[in-house]
Amino acid sequence: MTPVAEAQRAASPWRLAWERLRRRRAALVGAGIIAFFVLAAIFAPVLTAISGTGPDTTDKRAIDPYLGGLPRGSAGGMSPQHWLGVEPMLGRDIFARLLYGARISLTVAFSAAVMITVIGVLLGITSGYFGGRIDTVISRFMDVMMSFPSLIFMMALLSVVKNVDRVMLLIVVMSLFTWPYIARVIRGQTMSLKHREYVEAARASGTSSARILLTEILPNLTGTIIVYLTLAIPGLIGAEAGLTYLGVGVRPPTPSWGQMIADSSLYYKVDPMFFVLPCSCLFLMVLAFTLLGDALRDALDPKGSRG
Amino acid sequence: MTGFLIRRLFGIAVTLLVVCAVTFCIFYLLPSDPAVQFCGKDCPPDRVAQVRQQMGLNAPLIVQFGRYVLAIFAGRSMGTGNYVVQCHFPCFGYSFQSGRPVWDLMMDRLPTSASLAIGAAVIWLLLGLAAGVLSALRKNTWIDRTVMVGTIGMAALPVYFTAMILLYVVVAVLGLMPYPRYVAFTDDPVGWFQNLLLPWVTLALTFAAIYARMTRSSVIETLAEPYVRTARAKGLPERRVVGRHGLRPALTPIATMLGMDLGGLLAGALITESLFGLPGVGKLFADSLAKSDQPVVMGITLLASFFIIMSNLVVDLVYAWIDPRARVS
Repeated sequence: MTPVAEAQRAASPWRLAWERLRRRRAALVGAGIIAFFVLAAIFAPVLTAISGTGPDTTDKRAIDPYLGGLPRGSAGGMSPQHWLGVEPMLGRDIFARLLYGARISLTVAFSAAVMITVIGVLLGITSGYFGGRIDTVISRFMDVMMSFPSLIFMMALLSVVKNVDRVMLLIVVMSLFTWPYIARVIRGQTMSLKHREYVEAARASGTSSARILLTEILPNLTGTIIVYLTLAIPGLIGAEAGLTYLGVGVRPPTPSWGQMIADSSLYYKVDPMFFVLPCSCLFLMVLAFTLLGDALRDALDPKGSRG
Repeated sequence: MTGFLIRRLFGIAVTLLVVCAVTFCIFYLLPSDPAVQFCGKDCPPDRVAQVRQQMGLNAPLIVQFGRYVLAIFAGRSMGTGNYVVQCHFPCFGYSFQSGRPVWDLMMDRLPTSASLAIGAAVIWLLLGLAAGVLSALRKNTWIDRTVMVGTIGMAALPVYFTAMILLYVVVAVLGLMPYPRYVAFTDDPVGWFQNLLLPWVTLALTFAAIYARMTRSSVIETLAEPYVRTARAKGLPERRVVGRHGLRPALTPIATMLGMDLGGLLAGALITESLFGLPGVGKLFADSLAKSDQPVVMGITLLASFFIIMSNLVVDLVYAWIDPRARVS
């Protein structure tokens, strides 16, 4: 292969982005932390089988009834039986609950992120590409959705709907109020893309709108979509924790990080370990996604399109 | 400008009506019967029917909605027979729990929420702008890198954690401050400041981090503009180049963000309020929601939307005033 051909092959935009990403230590740290938690969540049953205690098993011997039900031993009752200690009162294993909590917290955040991306891209691309009346209707709809006080509405919806799977409900309600932010960015980008020469050329040669959207516009939006997807996830993880903390999210005994923080915030003085552990998981996960998202933005979109 | 304002005000009215309708549907179409809620748990059926009659719940939904919206502006007399009460403008009905007018309940709580939001905003603006500008002017030095790493960490810090650490270290261990409770500014300004300082810091930290990052990128972007180069080429001193030509346009997007955030926080700082037990609007909302006190929940939802929409309008007006380009479109 001649040197020229070599250089041309290497210059594909995805390859360039990958090269830029690989040089960023922050991105690798972020990806590492995310991989760690995702694997921990997937293999939760295996890991708890090794540690020996499930998330709902109560262990009365690990707590001290004469001390108001606080864990026996130092550092929140850490011991060979309970690697990260136990909860006060009930004596449930914190290690197991963190793992199973990660499953709920991550499932909610990832599913909601996929949902807002699908809705946001669909409506954003339609609105931006077709313009005119369709654009007016969709844009107005987005404006109205964005002037809803989202936290208050999410709480109202979550507390009013009963007899529905809480995890499912959380995903739907959280997506409902977050999609306009991504849709607005996609709309703007589509509007500038549709006047590019190659799109005009495709239109002039009689290509259908659906085909133009799929083969000309969408591939050019992939970078933006990936970046916004990554940057939306920390917000969603935080939102799940917040809603559950406020008592309208995941219900006990299902463990989630928000649930554990809500439970443990009563004990922050007497059993700090119980409180620090779920907070640290939340912190690390949000941090990891922010690091990765920032690096992805720089790598995929060097000019920077901040929305 | 007048045309723009009229169009915006019309849009606001429509949006508020939509928000109102959606809230109304959420609470009145769902299985929980307001009459039962109002009457209490062990209420005989004939009494429930009487309450339904008094509350006007037998009318079609659209009529009830019309009455609700009309009452906000015109007031209304509620109940029949001997139980008539006159609810004056702005009438959002009466709380099921306490029997007090919803408007009075909200206005009791608003000073707390406003104190919390505005105080926090002052802190995060000072911190965020200072860190952001410093970072931008010292781009790619160790100062810049330290500030940026710090802000990523700060933005990821869960508020629960910040709140508990502050409470533990400052209140429990060092005893520097009282456990926060709300003291009205008009009663005791010093006490007001002391009690709210920890909630302010808790709420402000995340925002400060985000603002620092926004400010940094905005200032860097502006300093690369051709007119900044022109200003330098004219031989203006660097202080003047940065101060007059660089910062002013760079801070416009920050002003926009501030308006939106403040509008959202006036009734949206629920977590901070509940962490510190501050009796704000958010706390009132959470408590009313737990007790299915629908009139209060409806009232606060509308109030919160009103704040968000109004802050959007103020932001647009300020924007048009700062930036002549925005007036045209």
